[in-house]
Amino acid sequence: MDIINELKLTMDSRSINEGFSRVAVSSFIACTDPNIEELTDIKTAVSEAVTNAIVHGYKEKCGKIYITVSIFENNIIRIKIRDKGVGIADIEKAMEPLYTTAGEERAGLGFAVMESFMDKVRVASKPDTGTTVTMEKRIWGKRL
Amino acid sequence: MSAKIEYKPKEIRVYLSGEIDHHSASLIRASIDDAIIHKHPALLVLDFSAVTFMDSSGIGLVMGRYKLMKTVQGRIRVENLSPGAYKVMVLAGLEKLGEIKQKEVV
Repeated sequence: MDIINELKLTMDSRSINEGFSRVAVSSFIACTDPNIEELTDIKTAVSEAVTNAIVHGYKEKCGKIYITVSIFENNIIRIKIRDKGVGIADIEKAMEPLYTTAGEERAGLGFAVMESFMDKVRVASKPDTGTTVTMEKRIWGKRL
Repeated sequence: MSAKIEYKPKEIRVYLSGEIDHHSASLIRASIDDAIIHKHPALLVLDFSAVTFMDSSGIGLVMGRYKLMKTVQGRIRVENLSPGAYKVMVLAGLEKLGEIKQKEVV
């Protein structure tokens, strides 16, 4: 399947950039004509992945977050969010709903949100190297 | 993101507005908690009418306030959620925990 449009974005892992990353991704994919629910789902999933990179990957220290958004011919969107932070030793455990290492105010539902709002979620990670979250969603727009 | 706090007898209403994420939630949490600790209300209402976006940080915000309200023997009610925010709350099972209401469709 061919990529028909692509965005690459590198930003600092500052929490103030969470809002920017959502808006940047949703503006870029506007050409696929998503409906409001699809657009909200994607913004929410991006917000979760970027927050994970900031809170867990870089532990509030500043590093770079690399976002790649690819739009395929069949209106499938692939979003890759990568950090070069501490990585995850046990990915299965990290993806369990309600599991969190970030204390009381984090619900531990980041991956659960990504998995329920996107069609596919893959996580690749290595301790001390970083984490890459790859998510896909097909945009149906008004056809849905 | 901002939070306007209104005091009524035995009730605190918080009008949230803007986007709720990890960044903004940490900014408004303290002001809500201060109000609860000082007033010991019987009911805390979080009004989401003017919230334009919410991720799972909103769940943490509601759950944290729910726990605090329990320590002062109070209840919590979440009102006027957008369909998107309601979907996130339901994913967390929060609708079982208290009164979680969607925005009425006109």
